[in-house]
Amino acid sequence: MTSNLVRGATGDWEVVIGLEVHAQVSSNAKLFSGASATFGADPNQNVSLVDAAMPGMLPVINHECVRQAVRTGLGLRADINLVSVFDRKNYFYADLPQGYQISQFKQPIVGEGKLRIDLPDGSSRNIGIERLHLEQDAGKSMHDQHPSKSYIDLNRTGVALMEIVSRPDMRSSIEAASYVRKLRSIMRYLGTCDGNMEEGSLRADVNVSVRRPGEALGTRTETKNLNSLRFIQQAIDFEVVRQIEILEDSGEIDQETRLFDTTTGTTRTMRSKEDAHDYRYFPDPDLLPLVISQDEVDELAAALPELPDQIKDRLTGDYGLSAYDAAVITEERETALFYEAASQQHDRKLVANWMTVELFGALNKSGQTLAECKVTPKRLGGLVGLISDGTISGKIAKDVFAVMFETGGDAANIVEEKGLKQVSDSGAIEALIDAVIAANEDKVAEYRAGKDKLFGFFVGQVMKKSGGQANPGIVNQILRTRLDGGG
Amino acid sequence: MSVDKTTVAKIARLARIHVPDERQQAIATELNGILSWVDELNEVNTDNVEPLANVTGHSLPMRDDFVTDGDRIDDVLANVPESAGGFFVVPKVVE
Repeated sequence: MTSNLVRGATGDWEVVIGLEVHAQVSSNAKLFSGASATFGADPNQNVSLVDAAMPGMLPVINHECVRQAVRTGLGLRADINLVSVFDRKNYFYADLPQGYQISQFKQPIVGEGKLRIDLPDGSSRNIGIERLHLEQDAGKSMHDQHPSKSYIDLNRTGVALMEIVSRPDMRSSIEAASYVRKLRSIMRYLGTCDGNMEEGSLRADVNVSVRRPGEALGTRTETKNLNSLRFIQQAIDFEVVRQIEILEDSGEIDQETRLFDTTTGTTRTMRSKEDAHDYRYFPDPDLLPLVISQDEVDELAAALPELPDQIKDRLTGDYGLSAYDAAVITEERETALFYEAASQQHDRKLVANWMTVELFGALNKSGQTLAECKVTPKRLGGLVGLISDGTISGKIAKDVFAVMFETGGDAANIVEEKGLKQVSDSGAIEALIDAVIAANEDKVAEYRAGKDKLFGFFVGQVMKKSGGQANPGIVNQILRTRLDGGG
Repeated sequence: MSVDKTTVAKIARLARIHVPDERQQAIATELNGILSWVDELNEVNTDNVEPLANVTGHSLPMRDDFVTDGDRIDDVLANVPESAGGFFVVPKVVE
C-alpha cells in the first residue's frame, strides 16, 4: 500500500478526513408536505402552507422518504433503527421560514454501517458510516439580484434530505473523492438519490485535520457545501497545506467553519456569530416517534437490486477483469447492465477493454451518454466476436467501430460491405511479402547485417500493402522465416 | 438547575426576543421558580422505565408519496412586505 503521509518542512503529517454528505431523497412530494419535490419550477411554485410555515400548519411524514432512507441504510450495510425521533434544530435564516429545521439528532433512522471505496490503484478499503438521518432541506437565497436585498425561493424548503455522516476514516483527498463517488453510485443503483451534484442533489461538508503519525487527533475545520468531486479534493488539499503551515510555524488551528471559493480553490473563515452552533435541539412536539416494522425492512431488503460491490466482485472473480476496469464498469448501473449484455456470449475481458477504451473514449469525445449511444450492447459484443474468431484484426475493428458509432450498424454487415475481412490466407500474404522484399533489397541487406529494428518496417510495409487487412500474426510468422531463413 | 441573568440574555438573543436589561433579572427569578418546581420530578425513581413519548400509544401517521399541494404563490406570498417575480424579498443576508 502506498503511504498517504504528507511531507512538511519538519517531517511527515497524517491527514484525517470525515465527510457529511447531504443527499436529496428521490420522491415525488416533500418530506412533510404534499408540495412537489421536483427541481426547476418557477420561484415559490412548489410551496405549500406547511413549507411556508404558516401558523397552525402541521407536518405529516411522507412514507416513501422513510422507505428511501431505509433502502440507503441497507445499501450501506447499516443498522436500521425501527424507532427514530425527529428533533427541531433551531436557527434563524431567511430561507428557513419555520425558524428551525426538522432533523433527527439523538435517534437517527439509520445507525452504523460501512462503505467500500475503490481507489485509483485498484485497491479497496472500508470506510465507517456513523449514521444516516432524515431532515428537511432549506430554501434558496439569491444575493446577486439587488444591491441591498436577497431574493428567497422556498421550492427546496422541506424537500427530504439524507445526511450521511462518515467516520473520520479517510486519509487523503483521493480517498474522500472515492468515498463520495461510491456513495453516489450506490444511491443511484438504489434509486434513492439522483446524485446530480450540479443541481445540488448531493453536497458534502468536509472535516479535515492533520496530526503526526500515531498521535491523537488534531483540531479540525469544517468546509461547507462542496458540490463537485473536484471541489472536495481542492478544498481538502488546500486545508492540509494551510494547517501544516500553521502547525509547523508553532501556531494553532481554530476549530471553525470555512467556506470554499470555487474560483481560487481556497478556503476562508466564515465570519459567523458566536452563537451560530447553539441549535437548542429538542424533540419536535408536532411529530410522534417514527416507528417502522421489521417486516417492512425485510421486504425492502429483499427487493434491493444487485449493488456495485457485488457486481464488481463477480467481474473480477468470475470474469477475470482487473479491479480498475471492474470499478469503472460498475460505477453506473446502466454501464454495468450494458457490459453484462454485451459480454454475455463473448470474451469478457476483450469486451471490457472495448468498452472502457473505445466506447467510453468515443462517448467522451462526442459528449454523448451511454443511453444516447447508437451502439447497442449486442452489436458491441458482435464486433468483439469478429475479433475473437479472427475475421478482422483489432486495428480494422477500430475503423468498424467508428462506423458503428456513427450509424449504429452491425459489425458483420459493415465488414462485409466494405470488404474489410482479414486476410489469413498464407499464399496471399506471401505474395505481398515477396513484393515488399523485392522493392526493398537494400533494407533486407541491412537487416541481415544486424539491424534488427528494421523488422517492424517490413511488417508495416506488408500491412500497408494489404490495406490493413492482413492477419498480423501470420505476417510476422512468414516474414520471420523469409528474412531470417535466407529465402 | 438554575439560570442567571446572562443565560436569560443569551436565550433571548438566540430566540430573537427583545428583553430589556432591567427585565432580565426578574425573568431569571421566574424561570428558576419554574425549574425548581419541575426539579421535584427528579425525586421519582425512573430506573428501568422506558422514556414515554406520548400517552396515546399511536406512532407517527404517514402519507403516500403524491403531490397534493403547491402551485399557490398568491397564498404563499399573501403576507409578505415585499416580493418580486414570485420571490420573497428581504434585507440582504449574505456574509
